[in-house]
Amino acid sequence: MTLTGTDSAYDYTDLPRLMSLMTGDEKHGPAATSTLDALWVLYDRVLRVTPATAEAPDRDRFLLSKGHGPMAYYAVLTAKGFVPEEWLAGFGSFDSPLGHHPDRTLVPGAEIGSGSLGHGLPLAVGTALGLRAQGLTGPAVWVLVGDAEMDEGSNGEALAFAGAVGLENLHVVVVDNDSATFGRRGGPAARFAVEGWSTATVDGRDHEALYQAFTAPHPGRPHCVVARVESKD
Amino acid sequence: MDTMRERFAAVTTRLLDEDPRLAVLLAVISADRFAEAARAHPRRVIDVGIREQLLVGAAGGLALTGMRPIVHTFASFLVERPFEQVKLDLNHQEAEAVLVSSGASYDIAAGGRTHQAPADLALLDTLGGWTVHVPGHPDEAEALVRHAAAERGTRVYVRLSEQSNRTARPVTPGRFQVLREGRAGVVVAVGPLLDAVLEATRDRDVTVLYASTVRPFDAAGLREAVAGTDAADVVLVEPYLTGTSVPFAADALRDVPHRVLPLGTAREEVRRYGTWREHVRAHGLDPAGLRERIDAFLG
Repeated sequence: MTLTGTDSAYDYTDLPRLMSLMTGDEKHGPAATSTLDALWVLYDRVLRVTPATAEAPDRDRFLLSKGHGPMAYYAVLTAKGFVPEEWLAGFGSFDSPLGHHPDRTLVPGAEIGSGSLGHGLPLAVGTALGLRAQGLTGPAVWVLVGDAEMDEGSNGEALAFAGAVGLENLHVVVVDNDSATFGRRGGPAARFAVEGWSTATVDGRDHEALYQAFTAPHPGRPHCVVARVESKD
Repeated sequence: MDTMRERFAAVTTRLLDEDPRLAVLLAVISADRFAEAARAHPRRVIDVGIREQLLVGAAGGLALTGMRPIVHTFASFLVERPFEQVKLDLNHQEAEAVLVSSGASYDIAAGGRTHQAPADLALLDTLGGWTVHVPGHPDEAEALVRHAAAERGTRVYVRLSEQSNRTARPVTPGRFQVLREGRAGVVVAVGPLLDAVLEATRDRDVTVLYASTVRPFDAAGLREAVAGTDAADVVLVEPYLTGTSVPFAADALRDVPHRVLPLGTAREEVRRYGTWREHVRAHGLDPAGLRERIDAFLG
């Protein structure tokens, strides 16, 4: 089901311009855009949430855990009508709701405030548990983390627990730009797989591959999509 | 008489039956006491294993879906170990929760320092917006747990202890109770230290206030009690880190020249095992230890 896009004044090609309003740069390097394609495909084709349903109990939840470099996130929220374009120019300033790390109480459509790494996945586990406890089996919970962020012990706690209890409504996107200090043999997916998750690893710039990975069935198990992008360095 | 911890498990088991918005989050500790509740409500009694960062983080997530999580483990693993989760996943997200600790300052005396958290409230005080209950009796623990569970939208810390007063007092969240009135000063007794305070001050002409809820701090009640004495001398007797409530008392009395004697647990480690009763004496929080210092202060 696609609830967004058709009547929007923005599409994917507008995102660089929206980001420029925040950064002042016409072009953006791989680090600034590492999350951009995954975010776009999620908000454009996967997530069942719109500005009109941003408070609905049965909406899909997207939690940005990797709160660093949120320009791509704000650009997508703008393109999808959550955030007014006029806000972007003030990015990071005292009177702006848009900080260098998002605050859920200030940004329409932001499910969590993030910035300190390793908080989004445990919050997402709790969100999935809370929906399940209320019998809300429809909504999906998505959380975006960075590959280096998976070094945080809190994420280790969350991914082992979610795998063990088969938290089916939980989905993780790992944007992998090789920034983890020691890396991991087999990539991030190996770690999720060993804890019982469904996993897929795809080109994080290929929209169709991302869409297929995001929508792959994973009965009885949480789902992890590793989106490989250019190395940070 | 059952302990506060046993009472908490029993009353919370009943509350789960009554209120579908409540959930209990555990990290192994006390899971045996919630076995019956877990059978009745398998999706609302959740043991995450020995994962305290996830314990508090998941509570934040549950709250974001409209649930009111009741989160329980020993104080050291509930407030101190996952403190950034308390700060960010609860406060910063504006997520509601009830944190219920057991173990208190020295209950697990034989367990040593690793299982003691006398600074839990001092740490929580660095954040705003927490209601804090320190019951002095299992009946008070039951009443305060019920109050905390029903008070939607808030963040509440309930600090349970093995130590208990002989009789329960009515709970009055937000207000200190006047148990005795005198002219020579005001002694504020927190939770399970009330019996010791009453005994230590038995033959002194002091006002005794009882606090089973310490945050919000009843500034008006303290001011009123001090106004009724000849000397603005205040003794704060708390079963956790000495001086934890001094900033609140100082603020309450900012327009009154006053003296404060803070009594509580020492900042230094007591590298002893034994029982909590022995630790009460080691910190000078038994009647004799309190009396000696209160007498010296009031003259």
